Amino acid sequence: MPKPKIGIYWCASCGGCEEAVVDLAEDILGVVEAVDIVFWPCAMDFKKADVEAMPDKSIVATLLNGAIRTTEQEEMAHLLRRKSQYLIAYGACSHLGGVPGLANQFPREQMMKFYFEDGPTNVNPEKTYPQTRFNDQGREVTLPALHNVVRALDQVVDVDYYIPGCPPTPKITKAAIAALLAGKLPPKGTVLAPDVALCDECPRKETKPTNVSFTEFKRPHLTLLDPQLCFLAQGVVCLGPATRGGCEALCVSGNMPCSGCFGPTSRVKDQGAKILSSLCANVAPKEEPEINKVLAGIPDPVGTFYRYGLAKSLLRRKVNLPMNGNGK
Amino acid sequence: MIKVTINGREIPTEKGRTILEVAREVGIEIPTLCNHESLPPYAACRFCIVEIHRKGVTRYRASCIFPVEDGMVIQTHSERVLKIRRILAELMLARCPESDVLRDLAYDIGVGRCRFERPRGEKSPCQICRICTVREEMRIGPPGSIPSTFVGVTGCILCGMCVRLCDDVMQIGALAFEGRGMRRRVTTPFRKPSEFCVTCGACSSICPTGAIELMRIRPQESVSIPSEFEYGLAHRKPIHLPFPQAVPRVPIIDKHTCVYFQTGGCKVCEDNCQAQAIDHAMQDRVEEIEVGTIILATGFKGFDPKRVPYYGYGAYPNVYTALEVERLLNAAGPTGGELVLRDKRKPKTVGIIHCVGSRDENTNRYCSRVCCLYSLKLAHLIKEHAAADIYNFYIDMRTPGKGMEEFYNRVAEEGVHLIRGKVADVYPDSAGGANGRLIIQAEDTLMGRILKVPVDMVVLAIGLEPQADAQEIRRRFNISCSSEGFFLERHPKLAPVDTFSDGIYLAGCCQGPKDIPDTVAQAGAAAAEALALMDAGFFELEPNTAFVVEEECSGCKSCIPLCPYTAISFNEEKKRAVINETLCKGCGTCVASCPSGSIVQNLFEDEEIFSEIEGVLTYA
Amino acid sequence: MPDSNWTPRIVAFFCNWCTYTAADLAGVSRMKYAPSVRIIRLMCSGRVDPQFILDALAKGADGVLIGGCHPGDCHYVEGNYKMLRRFQMLKRMLEDMGIEQDRVRLEWISAAEGEKVKTVINDMTGKIKKLGPLGIPQKFEEWDRELERFAREVDAKQQAQAESKSEPEAVHA
Repeated sequence: MPKPKIGIYWCASCGGCEEAVVDLAEDILGVVEAVDIVFWPCAMDFKKADVEAMPDKSIVATLLNGAIRTTEQEEMAHLLRRKSQYLIAYGACSHLGGVPGLANQFPREQMMKFYFEDGPTNVNPEKTYPQTRFNDQGREVTLPALHNVVRALDQVVDVDYYIPGCPPTPKITKAAIAALLAGKLPPKGTVLAPDVALCDECPRKETKPTNVSFTEFKRPHLTLLDPQLCFLAQGVVCLGPATRGGCEALCVSGNMPCSGCFGPTSRVKDQGAKILSSLCANVAPKEEPEINKVLAGIPDPVGTFYRYGLAKSLLRRKVNLPMNGNGK
Repeated sequence: MIKVTINGREIPTEKGRTILEVAREVGIEIPTLCNHESLPPYAACRFCIVEIHRKGVTRYRASCIFPVEDGMVIQTHSERVLKIRRILAELMLARCPESDVLRDLAYDIGVGRCRFERPRGEKSPCQICRICTVREEMRIGPPGSIPSTFVGVTGCILCGMCVRLCDDVMQIGALAFEGRGMRRRVTTPFRKPSEFCVTCGACSSICPTGAIELMRIRPQESVSIPSEFEYGLAHRKPIHLPFPQAVPRVPIIDKHTCVYFQTGGCKVCEDNCQAQAIDHAMQDRVEEIEVGTIILATGFKGFDPKRVPYYGYGAYPNVYTALEVERLLNAAGPTGGELVLRDKRKPKTVGIIHCVGSRDENTNRYCSRVCCLYSLKLAHLIKEHAAADIYNFYIDMRTPGKGMEEFYNRVAEEGVHLIRGKVADVYPDSAGGANGRLIIQAEDTLMGRILKVPVDMVVLAIGLEPQADAQEIRRRFNISCSSEGFFLERHPKLAPVDTFSDGIYLAGCCQGPKDIPDTVAQAGAAAAEALALMDAGFFELEPNTAFVVEEECSGCKSCIPLCPYTAISFNEEKKRAVINETLCKGCGTCVASCPSGSIVQNLFEDEEIFSEIEGVLTYA
Repeated sequence: MPDSNWTPRIVAFFCNWCTYTAADLAGVSRMKYAPSVRIIRLMCSGRVDPQFILDALAKGADGVLIGGCHPGDCHYVEGNYKMLRRFQMLKRMLEDMGIEQDRVRLEWISAAEGEKVKTVINDMTGKIKKLGPLGIPQKFEEWDRELERFAREVDAKQQAQAESKSEPEAVHA
């Protein structure tokens, strides 16, 4: 009985999801025993052509992490979709767009300029920019083009399941793979994590106040964080109430507030809007100037509320960005 | 226990009481001038002299101070006693010939003329008291211009009641006797205007001859307390019955003007109340009463005509509001039902101006509904009381209701002039208003002419406005007001007595201007609604309540502080939020706030609203 | 270029007790105002979830108007304060997302202020007319054309490959 084939691919990502697989530690041996990894550019030598040569749907499941930003990533997404029975969006970037999604606040050109010209550590006096095509002594070499918009995986291809997290914890990764191998999968499109917010499993749950009322918001790095008390009770923004649980509240246990990487529950369309709604409704003052003073403690609402989910938010992207260029 | 006989009646009584007391108790009247129930007897006027027979001796003594003794036989109106009283009356008349009180008293006891009269201007032949010469000095000049400030020589019989009252009862002591014998008079210290006088008016009130003018004692501030009910057309005492139909029908004491609260003295009312119903030490009591329903019937405020200065209210004395004229025409009012102006004249021509503060862009745009009809009523009553010539100036004549159109016709038939035209101006006539006449200038739109009608009296038909504190009251009960400021009913046609807050109802003019039949009907409706709500034994909830989906709630507690009705609580066992359906009013704030989307609002679920959004945007 | 006859589409969330009643009053009083507003009735302005506002914009609204009771007068005591607080943050966030301030507006309109409904709607319509359509669905379409275009290229390439009838060569077995 041939072992089921698994593929792991990375798009616009930091590599953390690859490490998450490695993070399975000794359990990885069990995984390797149970499945055949046929494509994993990070760790193995299989090439794109190998994938192209496979029959369609011959890969049982591909865990694809990273957002879709370049034409190459788009192409691979389509390719792996064809070749896989189940295409699973692995990690916050493919689930929601992830941190790369925050690039949707800027025009592509502005980012390129920063990276290759204005960045403080750049040394690029000739202002050399990468090109999608370059003719070097009669041979044309190409580079993938950057799309104007960062996308989550399901904004490009049809996705079967999502494993959330930045990165997903070993626990939910194992659970997902086990479910996959056992054939006990929930309905298509399900996020493979509990559908309850993080507060349910948070170790600080007992210290949650029933009368939270914000008179100021403190930035986590500018205040001494109490290791026992609920962050909201300390005036620190924690997205736990708006984020799926399942991660065993690892960040909280490490004395950092939740930043929302598991994404919203299934009942919520826009995670950032919901946490905004909840936090602001509990702000104490009633007059505009005082309210604004309290809210000034959150200097970057988009970055705070949509840290992982901007690409999948209702607005997706800053709406007045120019649409010049088409991938060049 | 002793026995005395008064006028042939045997009366058992006790030692130590005065004859006057005993006589009064059994209903035998003995005339007095210087006697008052709040003051100890003084026996200054001697009017109460009676004939006393005892142990064979006949004496004539002042009954107000003479104590009863066993076996006394007293005659209060024997020949000799009457003769003594007549002489006393004549003597007093000689001193105070202008006193109406003394004249009436004298007439009652049979004094035809005062033999001590003297012709005006001539020096008195008697030279005894020199009062008349002093009187001549004082004949000219307004009050206050006369050098000496001593009290009412023209009427003072030196009974001393004012002094005793001011000193002992009121505990102020602004008046005292000065001089001896013929020079004795009542005056203020050093005859200067008194600083201590609180202008309570007790002295002028108690003076038997009406001799005291408060202005002489304290020239600057002798202002009578205007009666609120009579709109300042009459005055009242600090203790007063607010108005004849007051409920409860008991007098109230105005703390700001009552002398007891200023000096600790007086309390004459308390001393004389036989039911001992007066307690100056009474404090306001704040009580908390739990009720099931509330009906707001806080009424209206009349439009302040000073806001339309071109009608002259406050500037010309003969411009009145309709409410003031109601009091003037009322038999129990300040003028006993006679139509008498402030300058004591009786008006021969009256102008009634409709729509003062109503149907006017500059003041109130709405129609106050009752003014046309009450203006016609006033016209009708004025015709009856004063047979004057009456002009009603109206914009439109609005007389709905049973019999009202017929009433309007009747008023027209009575000869009231009905002029269709908004009054532009009211100003004094060519004599500069010295005779109090005013000109009403209006356009008669039916004739197309400008009229200038001279009238003696102008009546302003003021409109109805919400009470001054309507905003404060409505906030307290969490209801809204409509644009004019009247309380807002739930629905103008289908729910005119309900408000948007359950259990709070409206009745009367606080909801909008209306007349008495409509108010009564509305009050009945509000009472019925209130009863229906309370009596049912159950009440219906709005169906748009919210509920927490238990499996989905994470127990983050973010919703709990949001509910103003404390409908959300935290279930410690299940570690989930729970909404009490009966407390939930269905605002949906918790639904919008729930960060994991675990609260659902019936009838306003997220899915419904998202599809509504989609729906309204389907077409261009 | 928006033509001068273009009427903006404004989605309005009105609270039942105050603003919706005021809009009703405006209707009953036959007040004339711009036909740009599409009203969605909620019981309280506190029910307005920021998701609704963002969804309305994403579905093509050129503006969103939220109407509630005046502060202190909320039928449910304080729902409007919660809306106010959310709105203050939402304003900043929308600006960061490139949506002009005039497009999303919070107004306090009491039940008797039918006139104010008219003036607010006319004012907002005028301002949005100047800004032009927001057209987020069209923007989404435009953005996603880069996928289409690329997909076409890939298709063409794969078509060519299929036609060449050559098997793709695996590099590794």
